Amino acid sequence: MTSMADIALHALMPDILIALAAMGLLLFGVLSKRDHALACTVTAVIVFVVAARFILAAPAGAIFGGLFLTDDFTRYADMLVLLGCSGALILSVDFNRREAIGRFEFPVLVMFSALGMLVMVSAGNMMTLYLGLELQSLALYVVAAFARDDLRSTEAGLKYFILSALASGLLLYGISLVYGFSGTTDFAGLAHALASSARANDGALVGIVFVMVGLAFKLSAAPFHMWTPDVYEGAPTPVTSLFSTAPKMAAMALLLRLLMGPFAPLLSQWQMLIEIIAIASMLLGALGAIGQLNIKRLMAYSSISHMGYALIGLAAGTEAGVSATLVYMAIYTVMSLGVFGCIIAMRRGGKQVELISDLAGLDRRNRGLALAMAALMLALAGIPPLSGFWGKLYVFYAAVQSGLYGLAVIGVLTSVVAAFYYLRVIKVMYFDEAAPSFDHHSKAVGLMIAGCAALSALFVFVPGPVSQAASVAAHALLGAG
Amino acid sequence: MFTTLAVFAPLAGAFLTLLLRPFLSRNLAVGVSIIFIIISAFCGVVPAVRHLIIGAPDQTITLGSFISVGHFAANWALQQDALSLVMVAMVSVVSALIHIYSFGYMSHDRTMPRFFVYMSLFTFAMLMLVTADNLLQLFFGWEGVGLVSYLLIGYWYDKPAANAAAIKAFVVNRVGDLGFAIGIALIYLQFHSIQFDHIFAASGAMVDAKYTLFGTQFPVLEVIAVLLFIGAMGKSAQIFLHTWLADAMEGPTPISALIHAATMVAAGVFLVVRMSPLISLAPGAEDFITIIGSATALFAATVACVQTDIKRIIAYSTCSQLGYMFIAAGVGADPAAMFHLINHAFFKALLFLAAGSVIHALSEEQDIRKMGGLWRKLPVTYVVMWVGALALAAIPPFSGYYSKDVILEAAYAANSQAGMFGWACGNIAALLTAFYVSRLILMVFHGAPRAAPEIMEHAHESPAVMTGPLVVLALGALSSGFLLDRPFVGADMANFWGSAIAAGPHGSILLAIEQLPEWVAKLPLLMSLAGLGLGFLFYVTLPAIPVALAARFQSIYQFLLHKWYFDEVYDALLVRPSWRLAKFLWHVGDDQMIDGIPNGVAHLTSDASTQAIKMQTGSIAIYAFVMLIGLLALVSIFLLVR
Repeated sequence: MTSMADIALHALMPDILIALAAMGLLLFGVLSKRDHALACTVTAVIVFVVAARFILAAPAGAIFGGLFLTDDFTRYADMLVLLGCSGALILSVDFNRREAIGRFEFPVLVMFSALGMLVMVSAGNMMTLYLGLELQSLALYVVAAFARDDLRSTEAGLKYFILSALASGLLLYGISLVYGFSGTTDFAGLAHALASSARANDGALVGIVFVMVGLAFKLSAAPFHMWTPDVYEGAPTPVTSLFSTAPKMAAMALLLRLLMGPFAPLLSQWQMLIEIIAIASMLLGALGAIGQLNIKRLMAYSSISHMGYALIGLAAGTEAGVSATLVYMAIYTVMSLGVFGCIIAMRRGGKQVELISDLAGLDRRNRGLALAMAALMLALAGIPPLSGFWGKLYVFYAAVQSGLYGLAVIGVLTSVVAAFYYLRVIKVMYFDEAAPSFDHHSKAVGLMIAGCAALSALFVFVPGPVSQAASVAAHALLGAG
Repeated sequence: MFTTLAVFAPLAGAFLTLLLRPFLSRNLAVGVSIIFIIISAFCGVVPAVRHLIIGAPDQTITLGSFISVGHFAANWALQQDALSLVMVAMVSVVSALIHIYSFGYMSHDRTMPRFFVYMSLFTFAMLMLVTADNLLQLFFGWEGVGLVSYLLIGYWYDKPAANAAAIKAFVVNRVGDLGFAIGIALIYLQFHSIQFDHIFAASGAMVDAKYTLFGTQFPVLEVIAVLLFIGAMGKSAQIFLHTWLADAMEGPTPISALIHAATMVAAGVFLVVRMSPLISLAPGAEDFITIIGSATALFAATVACVQTDIKRIIAYSTCSQLGYMFIAAGVGADPAAMFHLINHAFFKALLFLAAGSVIHALSEEQDIRKMGGLWRKLPVTYVVMWVGALALAAIPPFSGYYSKDVILEAAYAANSQAGMFGWACGNIAALLTAFYVSRLILMVFHGAPRAAPEIMEHAHESPAVMTGPLVVLALGALSSGFLLDRPFVGADMANFWGSAIAAGPHGSILLAIEQLPEWVAKLPLLMSLAGLGLGFLFYVTLPAIPVALAARFQSIYQFLLHKWYFDEVYDALLVRPSWRLAKFLWHVGDDQMIDGIPNGVAHLTSDASTQAIKMQTGSIAIYAFVMLIGLLALVSIFLLVR
């Protein structure tokens, strides 16, 4: 059937494109005499853009016997993944050059990682899931240690590798349990099997918990977050920005796919676990950040707590909840890229500085940067009418609609605590004795910061398209499940 | 049309001065508000004179809706009956004169435009008050003048005494205003309207309505009337709520003349007269008004006899004269109260401004013991002050004579216990009034100079911009009595007031005074003359007598000097306990309890933060361990709870 093959080709087009382009760039980089880091990065971003174009054009459906799925949900998640990867690449150019780690391998690795994430997002089978997960992880281990002469960076890469291996092991073990007790790895088949004999299958349920843990690790949700602060701090900042955006979206998409798809019949069983993880993440993220002096560590805890908020939508277990989570992820991705752009702009005397105190009096040295950072911090804190507020509003609303009042109340309370450290950054920038100026940052970084800050600040004027797309995606996910 | 202009011109002047202040020179900015106030005065006088001569019919201009909620509606409106027109004319004219006077008096002040903005704003608020056709707008004006009064008492805000006095005035007035506000609320509850004409039309039917509280029955109208009068007591500085007025003299002298003598403090009297159709149906409240008024008239007159600060003497005199007005209002002689109000506005503003001229001449000296012998240096001030003094002392043909006479005769004619009390207090106070005002003038202008020689050297007559208004006011104090006697309380009375003032059951009281015995009519004048004589005796002929008397009756002297110890008693009974309570609530309630909870939570949070970070040691083994523990916990919970 040519039409079937056509569909398969169309659906796979973005992935094929990225894979071929990555390998092509690798060959080009290896063979060429000079290092073409900039050219490779630009090419990679262009490839991402083209891939995004293909993704939007790809038909919905399941190919290869259900191994690979495309629908509105995967499109939405793919877009965010590519946005995160492209953002990280754009931020990396300037940083890597100045840190003397500007090599062509970086964009190549990011492309492989992005490929892995796209596969994760589109997975329709436990095997595809694992394949995608490992592909993106392997690439991420390397980029985490990309500044290979830097002790902290290599340490970060190693830590991430070991803990991630542990998490992968748990995930794989969970998959095997699920397969063993239900007899299939196919999502549709699992849904069918679990719906019919749900209560009898303790083994499968334990397997599900293991799978959730493996994915929660990728999300850096508490209590599987331990790697986050160290890796965020140690990895080169563009890598950190990548960590905090694309892989999280991919992992969240997988979690949504699994729990709302094959595991949906067991909603009443896993709902509480997600609640516990969400609460633990929000609490730990809020509390842990208070004592931090390093802004990258602060952002690590911040991302832990934000994942907690995003999980609230999942815990609600409704279409509105899924939609809220998706909106939250989009908003978070933009805020996160913006903040890391600001962190990359924190260079003094040719060296990266990362302490919150380095921001002192930024308002008097660089008004624009301080304003953008302040807007982003307020957005992260969820101050109306900035974007973070709407994200929280959606998830809390979904939780309340599902009767999860406790979860919503804890969410509100922890966001009060979290507001403290975001506001402290603003206080340092505006009221403390001015520290020396930062070095000039590149136009690309400046544009990135300005764009993200403006999107976060002005989200109130354009919530329509995002929430529209998210609800279409949520509908596709639940409709398919 | 004229009235609208009269009311809003001061507001425009205030805003223009405020806005133009940065762009114009000081004098020009001030000039703007003076021009507007003169327009206001002209527009205020025209309708009043027209009413006086041809008796135009009452009308009310509705400007717009103020509040309209459910059945509750209040409008912005300008009522134009005799009462309002007279008040508008008096307020705008006195205000205009004082504006002009202030241009000279405040010329050394750095922030003069601010002063004029306040004054114009005050005039606007006062005019809104007197033209209101409902209680809410009246209350708006009432609070507006209270606010500006506060601002102007504390005008020299770097003086601690001025700040304290401003706060005192504000707080004491709050007490009265609370009564007033409750009164308005009760009126709305009872009448379902705060519109004057509705209230008055319906109040006849309310005579028998009662409130039951603690098993006792209170007539509704009495309760409302007393509450309204409590508001009036605060504003008009009647005894028990009078303590702020003397302290208010910390403000600039033109303010003392405008706000704390001529206009604002008379608002209480105006309120009682305005509400006379209601109050006349509440005989108990009327007696209460008479008694408070009489007590104030006498009390303030005794205090004024021993004070040494020139402005405080006049301030207590104001208190006392307001008491006279309430005597009149209480016995149902509301036209007499209004008559005295208008006369008093002129001669008291005159006295204050003349005192200001003296103070100005003597380099801010206010103690009359350090004055004396000034009459050659300040001839104009001297003459006009005598005019004011004789008007205050009620010597014919000066204005005070006409109104005070009518009041005391009405009190006698009321033929009630409260009325007789008022009559007796009023006559004694008349003697004291004449005494203290002669004491004031004799000590300031006659005798040997007691000021330091270099100050006497500089003492000079004020410029024309200040003496001009003085002369105009003096003409007013001289003539307002016999000009207004006939329309206000004489043959044309009924025609002039129309429906603005209730005739009530006492309606005929001012007609009844014609039948009084001869000696009753003559007594007040004899008392005044005796007071003047006593003043001459004490301070010209035999200056040793007051000294000897003060020494002989030390306790009485101290009692009067300390103003009957009202401030001390209030301090011990009210102020100190309040402070103690506030300190307790601050330290224990706020610091320890209210702040304690959030502070405790904050400590808890930062402790928890420290603990949370402690786990983050950097060791992979621990990280992996935590992950596995987490997994174990989740699996257990999952299996156990399921």
